[in-house]
Amino acid sequence: MNEHENAARGHATAGTYLVVAAILTVITVVEVGVYYVPSLKPVLAPTLIVLSASKFALVVMFYMHLRQDHRLFSAIFVVPLMIAVGVAIALLFLFGVLAVG
Amino acid sequence: MSDAVAHHPTSTGLDSRKLAFWTFIGSECLLFGSLISTYLVYKGRSVTGPTPAEILNIPLTSVSTFDLLMSSLAMVLALAAVARGDRLWARVWLATTAALGAIFLGFQAYEFTHFVQEGLKLQTNLFGSTFFTLTGFHGGHVLVGVLWLLTLLFRSFQGKLGPDKALLVELAGLYWHFVDVVWIVIFTVVYLIQ
Repeated sequence: MNEHENAARGHATAGTYLVVAAILTVITVVEVGVYYVPSLKPVLAPTLIVLSASKFALVVMFYMHLRQDHRLFSAIFVVPLMIAVGVAIALLFLFGVLAVG
Repeated sequence: MSDAVAHHPTSTGLDSRKLAFWTFIGSECLLFGSLISTYLVYKGRSVTGPTPAEILNIPLTSVSTFDLLMSSLAMVLALAAVARGDRLWARVWLATTAALGAIFLGFQAYEFTHFVQEGLKLQTNLFGSTFFTLTGFHGGHVLVGVLWLLTLLFRSFQGKLGPDKALLVELAGLYWHFVDVVWIVIFTVVYLIQ
């Protein structure tokens, strides 16, 4: 399949992969930059979590092809991922790392 | 790309190998979820040092993170080259991915050695136990990925990695990208949010 056929079928092309890599690089630079700014300490964790989640989503959607692949693959990946995140949050509350109020 | 690969008819209409591999990746989410949870639960509870703030090297790890991100780009370009039957570029990108993975392992070996010299071992404190377990498991996965990529490269040199075998590269790619996304989380949770 050549680049034009890929594009016509909605598949990512080499150009798309390069753009995604550039975005991933920029987000990583921003992450490290934010870490070194003292005034951003109060919002450091939420900012970094959002940036990290963006990188995660980009890799999964474009490099792992979940954006264009069958939805069953997405479900098989996302359901355990949500369970893992849920267990992590529950444990953080259980051990007092996070607290309500 | 993925639907260009022929497979036997199945009840789902999907390739069973790919379905099985996504199921495996789903189980890996639970494995790394438990390891990251354990790290977070015990974070800041070490009675003795060294602590993360004293020992973690952010500039060095930022470079190794960039290295792993670029390996994912090389991996996806390798798959594209195999799918279009371009043997030369398939070999170039597979070798590049394996080399970048090996460089990442080099960074990790350096970091582990440095930490041990600074007095942080697996049994030193809760930070040491959870840090080495989490990053060690991840490093083990990277090592398996590098070996897998080298076997694909070997098959390519044997002339056994044509477009009809693109699924083999796609599965290796899924594994490699998963290892990459796990590191994206570890870099944030362990290194940047201290």
